[in-house]
Amino acid sequence: MQFETIIGLEVHAQLLTESKMFCRCSAGYASADPNTHVCPVCLGLPGALPVINHGAVQATIMTGLALTCSIPEYSKFDRKNYIYPDLMKGYQISQYDLPLCGGGVLPLVIDGKRKDIGITRVHLEEDTARLVHRTANGETYSLVDVNRSGVPLMEIVSEPDMRSPEEARAYLMALRQILRYIGVSTANMEEGAFRCDANVSQRTLDGSVIGPKVEIKNMNSFRSVERALAFEVERQRKALRDGEALVQETRGWVEDQGITVSQRTKEFAHDYRYFPEPDLPPLVLDRAEVDGIQSRMAELPTARRDRFIEQYGLNEREAELLTVEREVADFFEVTVDGDSDRAREASNWITGEIFALMRDSGLELEDVKISPEQIRELIELVGEDTINNRTAKEVLVAVHETGKSPREIVEERGLAQVSDEAQLLAVVRSVVDEHPDAVTDYQNGKKAAIGFLIGQVMRQMRGTANPGVARSLLEQTLAERVTS
Amino acid sequence: MSDKKLSLEEVDHVAMLARLGLEPDEREMMREQLSSILDHISLLQSVDTSAIPPTAQVITLQNQMRADDVHDSLSLDEVMKNAPDSEDGMFKVRAVLE
Repeated sequence: MQFETIIGLEVHAQLLTESKMFCRCSAGYASADPNTHVCPVCLGLPGALPVINHGAVQATIMTGLALTCSIPEYSKFDRKNYIYPDLMKGYQISQYDLPLCGGGVLPLVIDGKRKDIGITRVHLEEDTARLVHRTANGETYSLVDVNRSGVPLMEIVSEPDMRSPEEARAYLMALRQILRYIGVSTANMEEGAFRCDANVSQRTLDGSVIGPKVEIKNMNSFRSVERALAFEVERQRKALRDGEALVQETRGWVEDQGITVSQRTKEFAHDYRYFPEPDLPPLVLDRAEVDGIQSRMAELPTARRDRFIEQYGLNEREAELLTVEREVADFFEVTVDGDSDRAREASNWITGEIFALMRDSGLELEDVKISPEQIRELIELVGEDTINNRTAKEVLVAVHETGKSPREIVEERGLAQVSDEAQLLAVVRSVVDEHPDAVTDYQNGKKAAIGFLIGQVMRQMRGTANPGVARSLLEQTLAERVTS
Repeated sequence: MSDKKLSLEEVDHVAMLARLGLEPDEREMMREQLSSILDHISLLQSVDTSAIPPTAQVITLQNQMRADDVHDSLSLDEVMKNAPDSEDGMFKVRAVLE
C-alpha cells in the first residue's frame, strides 16, 4: 500500500503585550516570583469582570494580515468550559465560531518549489496557569502558579496541507519567522511562547484507506516536532499495513524515548459546551483600524528578501541569509545606509565575518559588540586603502573584544597599511634575497611562486603591506633580477 | 412541549461534567427534574423567530476595550488569603496529572 501523510498544525503563540488579555496584570511572568502578577480577574474570583486588551486584538489582526487572512467585521469571544486546576474560572475565554481572522495562506519554499499552506483561522484566547508537580514524604501533590493565567495567547490553525514532517517543520519555521518579524511574539519554543500540536493521519493514494486522525502533543522544539511526526507516520503506516486497529486519539511525544504514547484518559471526548462570553460585548472592527494596522506592519521576510535582491543587487543566497532574522536584515540596511554601492561589502562582512563570529562564540547578533556604523567604518578604511582586507578582519575581532572603534584600533596598533614604495621595496628586496628557491621557481615559469613571496612580505610587515603595491614591486624586482 | 425524557446516560454525562457523584436514586430524580426544566425552557421553541437575526448578545454595547498598560497586581498575602493550603507562594492542590 502506498500511503500519503496528512498533517495539520495548531500553533499557540503568546503575544508580546505589556498586560494580560483581560486584566492589567503584567504579562511578563518569565522571571517573576509565583503569583505576583495576579489579580481578581486572572485568579477567576467571583464577580471579577474581564476587559479586552486592545493591544492583543491588534497584534492578532496584524498576524492575520501577515498571513493574508480575511478579517471579518464581526468577532466575539466564547467560553470553553472544562474543569482543570490550571484554569482558574472553570472555563477559558476563547473564540469559537467568529474568530478575529479567517482563512489565509502561508507560502513556503520547499526544495526550491513554492508550496502554499492554507491557514484556517487565527483566534485569540487566554493562557492557563502553570502547574508544578511535587512529591514529598510519599505524598504527591501539585502547585499552581497563576502568573501565566490570562497571558494573551493566539492560536493559528493550519489546513491539513502538509505531507511530511519536513514540511511541518518548514511551516513552523516560516510562521515563527513572520511572528518575530512583525514583533507580535518572541515565538520562542523552548520558553513556551510558541507551542505546537499536530494532527497526523494516513491515506492511500487512491483514497481507498483513510486512517484516523491522531493528535500529537508535548513537542517542545522544532526538532522534536519533526522527530515525533516521523515516528508517528511510521507507527500509523505499520499498523495499517499489519491490519491493526488505529484509533482517533491524543498521543504525547516522549522526548527521551523517542516515541508517542496514548494520552486517552476517558472514553468520552471533551465536551467544552462553548457559548458566547456574556461578560464581553462583541467586536465590530472598523475598516480604518484594520488598514492602520496593515500600514504599521513591518515588511515581511519574503518581501524583504526580494527587495534586497532588487535594490542591492544581492544574489538569492545572500538575500536569504540576510533576511532569516529581522535583526540581521535591519543591521544590514543600517550598515548600507542608503548607499547601494556599499551593499556588496556590507553583505560580505555580515554573512562572512559577523556570522562566523556569532557561530564561533555562540552569540546572537544583539550580543555582538559591533555596530553597523563600525562595519561601515571598516568598509571605508579598506576602501581608502588605510588597511587591507586581512587586517580588517583582525580589526573586526578587536572591535568586538574591546568595544573601540575600527579607526582607534588601527591607530593604536599601528595597523595602517603601508603603501610607501621605498619602505616596501626594502622589505621586498630582503625577501627576494632570503628565498632564492622561490625566485628560481618563478623565473622557471612557476608564476604561483609570487604568492609565497607576497606572503613573506606580509609576514615581515605584520600584515600591513598594501598587497597591490607589494605585488607590483615584487614583479619589478624579480624582472630586474632576470635581466641582471 | 415534548415529553421526551433525558436518558440516564445523559444524566450521568452532565453529572460528570459538573463533577457531581450521584447515587442511583438521585440519577432518576435528576432525570425527572432536568427533563421538566428542559420541557419548560423548550416553550421558547414555539416563538416565531423567522424575522429575527441570530445574536449572541442582548445588549447593544460593542468594542469595549482598554489600552495595553500595566497596573499593580495583588500582594502575595492578599492572593493567598483564602487559599486552604500553599507552598512556596503557590496554591497547593491534589495531584493532577493528565
